[in-house]
Amino acid sequence: MHLILFLFFGGICVAGAVNLLLQRHPINSALSLVVVMASLAGEYLLLGAEFVAAIQVIVYAGAIMVLFIFTIMLLNAGEEERTGKSRVAIMLGVPGVAIASVLVAWVLLRHSGTGDVALFALPGVPHDIAQLLFHDFLLPFEITSILILIAIMGAVVLASKPESIAKPSAAEPAEQEARELVASGRER
Amino acid sequence: MIPLFFYLGLSGILFVCGVLGFLIKRNIITIFMSIELMLNGVNLSFVAFAAHWHALSGQIFVFFVMVVAAAEAAVGLAIIIAVYRTRETLNVDQVNLLKL
Repeated sequence: MHLILFLFFGGICVAGAVNLLLQRHPINSALSLVVVMASLAGEYLLLGAEFVAAIQVIVYAGAIMVLFIFTIMLLNAGEEERTGKSRVAIMLGVPGVAIASVLVAWVLLRHSGTGDVALFALPGVPHDIAQLLFHDFLLPFEITSILILIAIMGAVVLASKPESIAKPSAAEPAEQEARELVASGRER
Repeated sequence: MIPLFFYLGLSGILFVCGVLGFLIKRNIITIFMSIELMLNGVNLSFVAFAAHWHALSGQIFVFFVMVVAAAEAAVGLAIIIAVYRTRETLNVDQVNLLKL
Protein backbone atom coordinates (compact mmCIF):
# COMPACT_ATOMS: atom_id res chain seq x y z
CA MET A 1 0.00 0.00 0.00
CA HIS A 2 2.82 2.34 0.96
CA LEU A 3 4.64 1.55 -2.27
CA ILE A 4 1.48 2.12 -4.35
CA LEU A 5 0.95 5.53 -2.73
CA PHE A 6 4.61 6.41 -3.25
CA LEU A 7 4.43 5.47 -6.93
CA PHE A 8 1.13 7.35 -7.35
CA PHE A 9 2.46 10.61 -5.90
CA GLY A 10 5.86 10.15 -7.52
CA GLY A 11 4.26 9.59 -10.92
CA ILE A 12 2.17 12.76 -10.60
CA CYS A 13 5.27 14.60 -9.44
CA VAL A 14 7.43 13.53 -12.41
CA ALA A 15 4.57 14.12 -14.85
CA GLY A 16 4.17 17.66 -13.53
CA ALA A 17 7.91 18.32 -13.77
CA VAL A 18 8.05 17.06 -17.37
CA ASN A 19 4.93 19.07 -18.23
CA LEU A 20 6.65 22.17 -16.83
CA LEU A 21 9.43 21.65 -19.38
CA LEU A 22 7.11 20.92 -22.31
CA GLN A 23 4.64 23.79 -21.87
CA ARG A 24 5.50 26.99 -23.66
CA HIS A 25 3.16 29.36 -21.89
CA PRO A 26 4.47 30.36 -18.43
CA ILE A 27 1.06 30.13 -16.76
CA ASN A 28 0.80 26.45 -17.77
CA SER A 29 4.29 25.85 -16.37
CA ALA A 30 3.30 27.57 -13.11
CA LEU A 31 0.19 25.41 -12.74
CA SER A 32 2.17 22.22 -13.34
CA LEU A 33 4.64 23.39 -10.69
CA VAL A 34 1.69 23.66 -8.27
CA VAL A 35 0.86 20.02 -9.11
CA VAL A 36 4.47 19.01 -8.38
CA MET A 37 4.41 20.77 -5.01
CA ALA A 38 1.06 19.30 -3.99
CA SER A 39 2.17 15.76 -4.80
CA LEU A 40 5.46 16.37 -2.95
CA ALA A 41 3.33 17.26 0.09
CA GLY A 42 1.78 13.81 -0.28
CA GLU A 43 5.26 12.27 -0.28
CA TYR A 44 6.12 14.17 2.89
CA LEU A 45 2.97 12.83 4.52
CA LEU A 46 4.04 9.30 3.59
CA LEU A 47 7.38 9.96 5.30
CA GLY A 48 5.57 11.12 8.44
CA ALA A 49 6.56 14.77 8.08
CA GLU A 50 3.08 16.18 8.63
CA PHE A 51 4.13 19.71 9.51
CA VAL A 52 6.48 19.96 6.53
CA ALA A 53 3.65 18.77 4.27
CA ALA A 54 1.30 21.43 5.63
CA ILE A 55 3.94 24.16 5.24
CA GLN A 56 4.70 22.89 1.73
CA VAL A 57 1.07 23.39 0.71
CA ILE A 58 0.61 26.71 2.53
CA VAL A 59 3.91 28.44 1.76
CA TYR A 60 5.09 26.88 -1.50
CA ALA A 61 1.90 26.01 -3.36
CA GLY A 62 0.05 28.91 -1.73
CA ALA A 63 2.24 31.95 -1.24
CA ILE A 64 5.20 31.52 -3.58
CA MET A 65 3.19 30.24 -6.54
CA VAL A 66 0.64 33.03 -6.12
CA LEU A 67 3.58 35.45 -6.32
CA PHE A 68 4.70 33.78 -9.57
CA ILE A 69 1.24 33.80 -11.13
CA PHE A 70 0.72 37.39 -10.03
CA THR A 71 3.95 38.39 -11.78
CA ILE A 72 3.00 36.47 -14.94
CA MET A 73 -0.33 38.27 -15.03
CA LEU A 74 1.22 41.65 -14.17
CA LEU A 75 3.74 41.43 -17.00
CA ASN A 76 1.22 39.87 -19.40
CA ALA A 77 3.75 37.17 -20.27
CA GLY A 78 2.96 35.46 -23.55
CA GLU A 79 4.24 32.33 -25.19
CA GLU A 80 7.92 31.65 -25.26
CA GLU A 81 9.62 32.77 -28.46
CA ARG A 82 11.88 30.33 -30.25
CA THR A 83 15.04 31.99 -31.49
CA GLY A 84 18.29 30.67 -32.92
CA LYS A 85 19.89 30.91 -29.51
CA SER A 86 17.25 28.64 -27.98
CA ARG A 87 18.28 25.90 -30.41
CA VAL A 88 21.90 26.35 -29.28
CA ALA A 89 20.72 26.14 -25.66
CA ILE A 90 18.92 22.85 -26.35
CA MET A 91 21.93 21.44 -28.21
CA LEU A 92 24.31 22.28 -25.37
CA GLY A 93 21.85 21.81 -22.51
CA VAL A 94 20.48 18.35 -23.22
CA PRO A 95 23.90 16.57 -23.39
CA GLY A 96 25.04 18.46 -20.30
CA VAL A 97 21.96 17.35 -18.39
CA ALA A 98 22.41 13.78 -19.66
CA ILE A 99 25.93 13.76 -18.22
CA ALA A 100 24.68 15.28 -14.96
CA SER A 101 21.87 12.75 -14.62
CA VAL A 102 24.27 9.86 -15.27
CA LEU A 103 26.50 11.25 -12.50
CA VAL A 104 23.54 11.57 -10.10
CA ALA A 105 22.38 8.03 -10.90
CA TRP A 106 25.89 6.66 -10.41
CA VAL A 107 26.29 8.35 -7.03
CA LEU A 108 22.86 7.09 -5.95
CA LEU A 109 23.51 3.53 -7.03
CA ARG A 110 26.96 3.52 -5.51
CA HIS A 111 26.43 5.21 -2.17
CA SER A 112 22.78 5.09 -1.14
CA GLY A 113 23.03 1.55 0.22
CA THR A 114 20.05 -0.68 0.78
CA GLY A 115 18.39 1.11 3.67
CA ASP A 116 14.63 1.19 3.93
CA VAL A 117 12.31 3.95 5.09
CA ALA A 118 9.34 2.79 7.10
CA LEU A 119 5.87 4.28 6.83
CA PHE A 120 5.66 7.28 9.20
CA ALA A 121 9.23 6.50 10.23
CA LEU A 122 9.76 9.77 12.05
CA PRO A 123 6.62 11.63 13.10
CA GLY A 124 7.39 15.29 12.56
CA VAL A 125 4.70 16.68 14.84
CA PRO A 126 4.75 20.44 15.45
CA HIS A 127 5.67 20.00 19.11
CA ASP A 128 9.00 18.28 18.38
CA ILE A 129 9.79 20.62 15.50
CA ALA A 130 9.11 23.69 17.65
CA GLN A 131 11.33 22.25 20.38
CA LEU A 132 14.20 21.97 17.88
CA LEU A 133 13.52 25.19 15.99
CA PHE A 134 13.19 27.48 19.01
CA HIS A 135 15.81 25.80 21.15
CA ASP A 136 18.65 24.20 19.22
CA PHE A 137 18.26 26.24 16.03
CA LEU A 138 17.27 29.55 17.60
CA LEU A 139 20.16 31.58 16.17
CA PRO A 140 19.69 30.38 12.56
CA PHE A 141 15.95 31.01 12.96
CA GLU A 142 16.55 34.61 14.01
CA ILE A 143 19.03 35.09 11.17
CA THR A 144 16.45 33.91 8.64
CA SER A 145 14.06 36.56 9.96
CA ILE A 146 16.72 39.19 9.17
CA LEU A 147 17.16 37.60 5.73
CA ILE A 148 13.42 37.88 5.07
CA LEU A 149 13.45 41.52 6.22
CA ILE A 150 16.32 42.35 3.85
CA ALA A 151 14.59 40.50 1.00
CA ILE A 152 11.36 42.46 1.56
CA MET A 153 13.25 45.76 1.54
CA GLY A 154 15.19 44.75 -1.55
CA ALA A 155 12.02 43.71 -3.38
CA VAL A 156 10.31 47.01 -2.55
CA VAL A 157 13.34 49.03 -3.69
CA LEU A 158 13.76 47.03 -6.90
CA ALA A 159 10.11 46.97 -7.91
CA SER A 160 9.39 50.63 -7.14
CA LYS A 161 9.52 52.90 -10.16
CA PRO A 162 12.83 54.77 -10.29
CA GLU A 163 12.40 58.39 -11.42
CA SER A 164 15.66 58.56 -13.34
CA ILE A 165 15.13 55.37 -15.33
CA ALA A 166 11.43 55.78 -16.10
CA LYS A 167 11.21 56.36 -19.81
CA PRO A 168 8.93 59.19 -20.89
CA SER A 169 8.40 57.55 -24.28
CA ALA A 170 6.73 54.56 -22.71
CA ALA A 171 4.06 56.67 -21.06
CA GLU A 172 3.33 58.90 -24.05
CA PRO A 173 1.60 56.45 -26.44
CA ALA A 174 -0.72 55.26 -23.72
CA GLU A 175 -1.60 58.83 -22.85
CA GLN A 176 -2.21 59.64 -26.47
CA GLU A 177 -4.37 56.58 -26.85
CA ALA A 178 -6.40 57.60 -23.83
CA ARG A 179 -6.88 61.08 -25.28
CA GLU A 180 -7.99 59.59 -28.59
CA LEU A 181 -10.44 57.35 -26.79
CA VAL A 182 -11.87 60.31 -24.91
CA ALA A 183 -12.10 62.29 -28.17
CA SER A 184 -13.88 59.47 -29.98
CA GLY A 185 -16.24 59.16 -27.07
CA ARG A 186 -17.11 62.85 -27.37
CA GLU A 187 -17.72 62.50 -31.09
CA ARG A 188 -20.21 59.78 -30.46
CA MET B 1 8.85 -0.21 3.69
CA ILE B 2 10.25 1.69 0.77
CA PRO B 3 13.93 1.69 -0.15
CA LEU B 4 15.64 5.00 0.50
CA PHE B 5 16.90 4.71 -3.06
CA PHE B 6 13.39 5.36 -4.41
CA TYR B 7 13.08 8.66 -2.60
CA LEU B 8 16.57 9.74 -3.64
CA GLY B 9 15.81 8.69 -7.22
CA LEU B 10 12.64 10.82 -7.29
CA SER B 11 14.58 13.71 -5.79
CA GLY B 12 17.30 13.28 -8.43
CA ILE B 13 14.73 13.19 -11.25
CA LEU B 14 13.16 16.42 -10.00
CA PHE B 15 16.56 18.08 -9.69
CA VAL B 16 17.59 17.02 -13.21
CA CYS B 17 14.26 18.29 -14.60
CA GLY B 18 14.99 21.61 -12.92
CA VAL B 19 18.49 21.80 -14.40
CA LEU B 20 17.14 20.92 -17.84
CA GLY B 21 14.48 23.62 -17.59
CA PHE B 22 17.08 26.13 -16.42
CA LEU B 23 19.21 25.39 -19.47
CA ILE B 24 16.66 25.08 -22.29
CA LYS B 25 13.92 27.51 -21.24
CA ARG B 26 14.13 31.04 -22.64
CA ASN B 27 11.42 32.71 -20.58
CA ILE B 28 12.91 34.26 -17.45
CA ILE B 29 9.88 33.40 -15.28
CA THR B 30 10.01 29.74 -16.35
CA ILE B 31 13.72 29.68 -15.53
CA PHE B 32 12.82 30.90 -12.06
CA MET B 33 10.25 28.14 -11.71
CA SER B 34 12.93 25.59 -12.68
CA ILE B 35 15.04 26.84 -9.76
CA GLU B 36 12.07 26.26 -7.45
CA LEU B 37 11.79 22.74 -8.86
CA MET B 38 15.44 22.06 -7.99
CA LEU B 39 14.91 23.33 -4.44
CA ASN B 40 11.90 21.03 -4.09
CA GLY B 41 13.95 18.04 -5.20
CA VAL B 42 16.57 18.83 -2.57
CA ASN B 43 13.84 19.22 0.09
CA LEU B 44 12.54 15.73 -0.67
CA SER B 45 15.97 14.21 -0.11
CA PHE B 46 16.30 16.16 3.16
CA VAL B 47 13.02 14.73 4.47
CA ALA B 48 13.86 11.22 3.25
CA PHE B 49 17.23 11.28 5.01
CA ALA B 50 15.61 12.68 8.15
CA ALA B 51 13.23 9.72 8.20
CA HIS B 52 16.04 7.29 7.40
CA TRP B 53 18.46 8.43 10.09
CA HIS B 54 15.75 9.31 12.64
CA ALA B 55 17.08 12.84 12.92
CA LEU B 56 14.43 15.53 13.05
CA SER B 57 16.91 18.29 12.24
CA GLY B 58 16.65 17.29 8.58
CA GLN B 59 13.11 18.66 8.60
CA ILE B 60 14.32 21.91 10.17
CA PHE B 61 16.62 22.42 7.21
CA VAL B 62 13.63 22.09 4.90
CA PHE B 63 12.15 25.15 6.60
CA PHE B 64 15.37 27.08 6.08
CA VAL B 65 15.38 26.09 2.41
CA MET B 66 11.77 27.30 2.14
CA VAL B 67 12.69 30.63 3.74
CA VAL B 68 15.56 31.10 1.30
CA ALA B 69 13.26 30.14 -1.59
CA ALA B 70 10.68 32.69 -0.50
CA ALA B 71 13.29 35.44 -0.17
CA GLU B 72 14.76 34.49 -3.54
CA ALA B 73 11.33 34.51 -5.21
CA ALA B 74 10.50 37.95 -3.79
CA VAL B 75 13.80 39.54 -4.86
CA GLY B 76 13.96 37.69 -8.18
CA LEU B 77 10.45 38.61 -9.24
CA ALA B 78 11.16 42.24 -8.32
CA ILE B 79 14.25 42.09 -10.54
CA ILE B 80 12.13 40.57 -13.35
CA ILE B 81 9.63 43.44 -13.02
CA ALA B 82 12.47 45.99 -13.13
CA VAL B 83 13.99 44.31 -16.21
CA TYR B 84 10.63 44.14 -17.95
CA ARG B 85 10.02 47.82 -17.27
CA THR B 86 13.21 48.85 -19.09
CA ARG B 87 13.51 46.13 -21.79
CA GLU B 88 9.86 45.19 -22.31
CA THR B 89 10.81 41.59 -22.94
CA LEU B 90 11.01 38.43 -20.86
CA ASN B 91 13.28 36.55 -23.27
CA VAL B 92 16.69 36.03 -21.69
CA ASP B 93 18.39 36.13 -25.09
CA GLN B 94 17.46 39.78 -25.42
CA VAL B 95 18.57 40.68 -21.92
CA ASN B 96 22.31 40.74 -22.49
CA LEU B 97 23.38 43.85 -20.59
CA LEU B 98 23.73 44.02 -16.82
CA LYS B 99 23.07 47.75 -16.97
CA LEU B 100 19.44 48.71 -16.67
